[in-house]
Amino acid sequence: MTGLAIKTEGLSRDFGSARAVDSLSLDIPAGSIFGFLGPNGAGKTTTIRLLLGLLEPTGGRAEVLGFDTRTHADEIRTRSGALLEYTGLYERMSAEENLDFYGRIWRMPDADRRTRIKELLDHIGLWDRRKEVVGTWSRGMRQKLAVARALLHRPSLLFVDEPTAGLDPVASAALREDLEALAGSQGVTVFLTTHNLVEAERLCDQVGVINKGRLIAVGHPDELRARSGSLRVEVVGRNLDGKVLGLVEERPEVGSAEMRNGRMLVTMREQTSFAPIVSLMVNAGAEIEEVRKDAGSLEDVFLSMVEVER
Amino acid sequence: MIGDIRTIMSKEFREILQVKGTMKGTSFRILIFLGIIGVFTPYQMGKEWVQSPFVLFYSLWFPFMLVSTVIADVFAGEKERHTLETLLASRLSDTAILLGKVISASLYAWGMVLGMLLVGLVTVNATHGHGKLLLYPAPVGLGSVALSLLVSLLAASLGVLVSLRASTVRQAQQTLSIGAILIIIVPMLGIQMLPNELKSRLLHSISHVDVMSAVLIAVAAVVVLDILLLAFTMSRFKRARLILD
Repeated sequence: MTGLAIKTEGLSRDFGSARAVDSLSLDIPAGSIFGFLGPNGAGKTTTIRLLLGLLEPTGGRAEVLGFDTRTHADEIRTRSGALLEYTGLYERMSAEENLDFYGRIWRMPDADRRTRIKELLDHIGLWDRRKEVVGTWSRGMRQKLAVARALLHRPSLLFVDEPTAGLDPVASAALREDLEALAGSQGVTVFLTTHNLVEAERLCDQVGVINKGRLIAVGHPDELRARSGSLRVEVVGRNLDGKVLGLVEERPEVGSAEMRNGRMLVTMREQTSFAPIVSLMVNAGAEIEEVRKDAGSLEDVFLSMVEVER
Repeated sequence: MIGDIRTIMSKEFREILQVKGTMKGTSFRILIFLGIIGVFTPYQMGKEWVQSPFVLFYSLWFPFMLVSTVIADVFAGEKERHTLETLLASRLSDTAILLGKVISASLYAWGMVLGMLLVGLVTVNATHGHGKLLLYPAPVGLGSVALSLLVSLLAASLGVLVSLRASTVRQAQQTLSIGAILIIIVPMLGIQMLPNELKSRLLHSISHVDVMSAVLIAVAAVVVLDILLLAFTMSRFKRARLILD
């Protein structure tokens, strides 16, 4: 392996005339957390299926953990854990039986399997309920169990599709900590798809934004924010009236301006200096008390990227 | 590979034998089957149950019926309950998944037929034995054991093909029920439609047929069918196709 857990070159997949994944090229270092963001139907799930060798690519190639997905998919699946779109738990079986079944699939020795099941169920607080049939559990409990199942055999690479969906805030935070610890101390690579941009921002070393099958941006969340070019400024003061707002809106470097709760919110088209706008406002009679610059959240960046693609 | 097949089989047996997570429903189902087919019918038939080759026909027909009650669930059920993709994303090979499911459904049906043969034998001995030990003639006994296993395998392979194509358990069950009914009705209607002279000649030939030869021919025919159907089922089992379904 070249220090990369996942490497794709022009990876594509068509379904009939529709292109679900279009020339995807990614380099994901081993031991990192990669967040894959995109609207519904953007190609995130298809990408995971391609990387796990569950689907054959129409074009391009992908190497996962040093193995080609076309020729060595079984090697990839042996070394990976997956929590896909659905939990995949057998609802007529108990929590312990579900984990035991997958432990056997991964050929874990009996003693190690039992110890690991106890360790994981203890960790997620479900050891006392291990004999209960999973079908009677809440969605959050099942999601926690599915995460435990994905980690059972100590995979080198973990694919997680919306892992915190259905979890309460406390459980979500605990899972985020676990994923961070996995990547940080155990060197596990985490490939995460999420709609939760706050989660991606907190957790991911690298984020990829996919839309209509095409990768439209990739990098650290901070880089993406900087690359987006927009700058939001919040202005607090007196005499911020319609006249001042109109003058600000007329400036070519201003994308939009609006009043909200007595404050003026200005979105600049580029990361240019805001000082001339402040001067303009003061000359128009505004008394400015505070100017707060905000580079915008990852959510803003994501929305603007997806909007541009439309 | 054998270990993987056993892992799948143990999971399948657990699912077959547990209804809503308990064994109660299954025990009841098994008791009803053995009560009617293993006790009531032999009790009514008396010595004929063990002395005539009639039990051979039961051994051919029941595997189809028994397999159809469980096989619909194996792929269609996993698709419906969204457990299939996670299973396919594991390290198991296609062959291990497929064979594990086929063998477990076959063994379930075969086990039930063996239970029927055994309980029937005990019933007839208890009610019509009059102190003598009644046993199945060797061609009937051995033929029933062998044919029920082979037919169970055939039914399971057919069932898997149906289950692979069906998107819901109900759809698979409906197709299998129609198939199981046709297997009985078509030969019956066919025989009824024959001219009387031909029918009596056929019955005469059947009554004089050597059971051992007939069993051996049937075994050979079903073995060939099993191999062909299993090979065809394996060729139809593709991970990507299941994912896209």
